[in-house]
Amino acid sequence: MADARVTLDDLKRILLDAAGADEGVDLSGDVVDVAFSDLGYDSLALLEAANRIQREYRVQLDDDALAAAETPGAFLDLVNEHLAAGSPA
Amino acid sequence: MRPAVTGIAAVAPNGLGTEEFWAGTLAGRTGLGVLTRFDPERYPARLAGEVKGFTAADHLSSRMLPQTDHMTRLNLVAGDWALADAGVRPREWPDFDMGVMTASSAGGYEFGERELRNMWHKGHEHVSAYQSFAWFYAVNSGQLSIHNGMRGPSGVVVSDQAGGLDALAQARRQIRKGTPLMLTGAVDSSLCSWGWVAHLAGGRLSTSQDPDRAYLPFDAAANGHVPGEGGALLVLEDGAAARARGARIYGEIAGYGATFDPRPDSGRPPALRRAIELALRDADAAPGDVDVVFADAAAIPELDHVEATAITGVFGREAVPVTAPKTMTGRLSSGAGALDVATALLSIRDSVIPATANVSPAPGYGLDLVTGEPRQIPVTTALVIARGHGGFNSAVVVRAV
Repeated sequence: MADARVTLDDLKRILLDAAGADEGVDLSGDVVDVAFSDLGYDSLALLEAANRIQREYRVQLDDDALAAAETPGAFLDLVNEHLAAGSPA
Repeated sequence: MRPAVTGIAAVAPNGLGTEEFWAGTLAGRTGLGVLTRFDPERYPARLAGEVKGFTAADHLSSRMLPQTDHMTRLNLVAGDWALADAGVRPREWPDFDMGVMTASSAGGYEFGERELRNMWHKGHEHVSAYQSFAWFYAVNSGQLSIHNGMRGPSGVVVSDQAGGLDALAQARRQIRKGTPLMLTGAVDSSLCSWGWVAHLAGGRLSTSQDPDRAYLPFDAAANGHVPGEGGALLVLEDGAAARARGARIYGEIAGYGATFDPRPDSGRPPALRRAIELALRDADAAPGDVDVVFADAAAIPELDHVEATAITGVFGREAVPVTAPKTMTGRLSSGAGALDVATALLSIRDSVIPATANVSPAPGYGLDLVTGEPRQIPVTTALVIARGHGGFNSAVVVRAV
């Protein structure tokens, strides 16, 4: 899994699966810098998405650090930093 | 302050939505059948009243689905329907002018069962983050509050089957203390295999395999009950304020009484009669004012005897029509009292008392049980009784205004 990266499309798929989507929110556009709160996702939705990423990518994530990520872009940066560092499953 | 009901949403095994339920109930349509939610083959009791034709995704956003138990989904839809029936668009009301008071008997059991299964078979990392609240007793009130932007006094009452009435009483208190609108009542469900084991442990389930012979309160063949899911949510407002905004009023919650039974070995009498008397006094009503009694209808001979004795003690033998349309839905736990109050308000609206299905009244109870066909008579005042496992007794008087 050394070259595994979580893409924006991966994150969208996982978010949809984990927490669905609010009516009136369009995830298909460029949402990389849109605040999660504007996308209709609260901290629990992100926690659930993080759980699924940890299972799928066999990576250990820091819940507190993830909680500080306010956009998909920031969230992905954190996840991919962990993946690149080869954090143990 | 006369708290009045301006909106009703019924969700029942014999009808999804108020008018479906009411038409089914008057037609004597039963919602009891073999469990389909899981395979009941290995359990001694296999019949239940399941709400049919409900597809959550047809009503709720995909954002709500991963975080809600089946019971909560039914509540959210019932809440939408009750508010629409009342002509209330909650987004147009101030947040703190609206509260939510529901009852629950078991919380989100089906959700909890699934996540416990995940933990057991796959490991703790497979447990949904939403398990943190989806199984709560209070989750229906919480989700209704968030969904509708209601931030006034809110909470949950847990007193088994008496809870549906206790929630209405608590909502009535909040109206009297100045909250303009309360969404209240109960819609309950725990028809998963884990919930089923809990129902069985209560020791009161009928093991009959025949839906028409399984739940027979006040019948010589009474042998336990069939559990069901569903209930009703109601919109409660101050009557004068409701009239001022031009709302239709189904009736008022005129009286309430609640008591707790003494210890079984105390030698003191059961407290149900006192709950009825308290409710009548609270409503400033005499027994002769009551046109119909909606019975708790346990279908355990000893409990039927206690209820019949309380009713005849207050009203006299065969002095008031008594009915138990829950014979067509099963016992809905906290949903039962709320659904019976909704039914009583529809009886007032349409001047008809629905019948108790399938029952041949046992001689000796002294009840004028409405059986066979619905009884067409004007209804102005109705008494609703609900009892919860462990000694809860509650009674509510609803009245035309």
